[in-house]
Amino acid sequence: MASIVSTVPFPGRFASAPQVRTSRCQRSLQTVDLGFEAGGKTILDKVSMTLSPSGLTVLLGPNGAGKSVFLRLANGLLLPTRGTVRWGDDRPTDATRLTQSFVFQRPVLLRRSALDNVAFVLKLRGVAEARGKARSLLDAAGLGALADRPARVLSGGEQQRLAIVRALATGPGVLLLDEPTASLDPASVAAVEALIRSAESQGVKVILVTHDVAQARRLAHDVVFLSGGVVREHTAAADFFLSPHSAEARAYLDGRLIPQEETNSC
Amino acid sequence: MPTANATVAFFLIDTMQDFTLAFVLAGQLLIGLDPTLMGIVGLSLAVTGSALLVACLIGFPVGALIGFRQFRGRSFVIVCLNALMGLPPVVVGLLVYMMLSNAGPLGFLQLLYTPSAMIVAQAVLITPIVAALSRQVVETLAREYADTFRTLVVPWPTALLALLRDGRSGLATVALAGFGRAIAEVGAVIIVGGNIAHVTRVMTTSIALETSKGDLALALALGFVLLLIALAVNATVAALSLATREAGHG
Repeated sequence: MASIVSTVPFPGRFASAPQVRTSRCQRSLQTVDLGFEAGGKTILDKVSMTLSPSGLTVLLGPNGAGKSVFLRLANGLLLPTRGTVRWGDDRPTDATRLTQSFVFQRPVLLRRSALDNVAFVLKLRGVAEARGKARSLLDAAGLGALADRPARVLSGGEQQRLAIVRALATGPGVLLLDEPTASLDPASVAAVEALIRSAESQGVKVILVTHDVAQARRLAHDVVFLSGGVVREHTAAADFFLSPHSAEARAYLDGRLIPQEETNSC
Repeated sequence: MPTANATVAFFLIDTMQDFTLAFVLAGQLLIGLDPTLMGIVGLSLAVTGSALLVACLIGFPVGALIGFRQFRGRSFVIVCLNALMGLPPVVVGLLVYMMLSNAGPLGFLQLLYTPSAMIVAQAVLITPIVAALSRQVVETLAREYADTFRTLVVPWPTALLALLRDGRSGLATVALAGFGRAIAEVGAVIIVGGNIAHVTRVMTTSIALETSKGDLALALALGFVLLLIALAVNATVAALSLATREAGHG
């Protein structure tokens, strides 16, 4: 799939993701019979799969498929009601979270400047000269001009890019992205995807949740297709878009499974 | 009965003159920066400012802790804290008086009828207000930050400081609310301060005293200053919330 980035008129803004020291103790994500229920409703059911420790995996599916819940279970923000999640041999704990970064659909930025948002996580990880490093990370991502602006007044796209720069600043081995471009305009989507691609090329394992087929096509190495809380298939991207195995994925790719409202932002 | 009517008329004119005169004298005191008036205003600001400092030093961290930490009995603590916001000043005055009087446990400090005693009383009065309101500010913010802090593995003391820092505009409003309450109260300071001229006489106690003495001019002048302070406090709150919204922090 041709990169959308090159077609954008102001490529300078989409410089590379910050060069980060990545924690290379990367491990595969393995789930066994994973399930999650809330309020008597099954949100995720019998998910057993293994994601490789590198590359970009897309969790694709309609809204309510359980994609976000899966991501939260993987990071340990939610506890499974059935089954297990393991990174290598470890369940999700603070120790595994320290090697991962999570970016939410609506970026949660601290009520400070863009620079201080990045400096906060650097200080948190005991990095010396956090503010200087934060500035160079923002510069590298093309956000240098916004460094001293309050993070909350940035545009949606700028906020999400800042959230990703902040997420990468800690040098994670795994980047978990929950619909990071769901409410952004095309140029912002391109900028965010450039950051994601750049992180992936530096060896960060990326797990991206999206309901956007085009985005999955642009980014995915492998695709996990979910609907109704069930994994319908886990296929290499090339095969998936050519000939999906499951009837659900075929329907989704044909646009048959998506009710009108769900093509909107969230 | 012409005589009776005349008496009534004279009385009315007399009161009217008194009333007008009071306003004129009050104006003179204010414009001339009368030293007695300024002394009273200065002491009021110093006492309430100190009380507010104490209240914030205790109330902010306590409120923030209750706001974002989960613990057994939390709801009960919040109910108690909210109830304490309504502490009647005279009751606070009475309790602080009992603590500080010679027979009380803190009598050896010899603080009764000093500005320090008034600071203690006002601090006791507004610390629950500061704590309860900052609990709300921090809780709202903490709910928003919760997942981010968990996934970043932020230790709770760091989270506490970050919440206090990021909640600063909300907390400033909380502090102003505490200030407004303390500077306007009379019941507590009159009991523990004693309203001694030049020592523990603040605006509210002076107004009470001068009114009962019939010296309406000084009382009015002080009342005017109090109103100005209330206006300034509210204007600051409004300006703060505007600035906050413009910075996208609302």
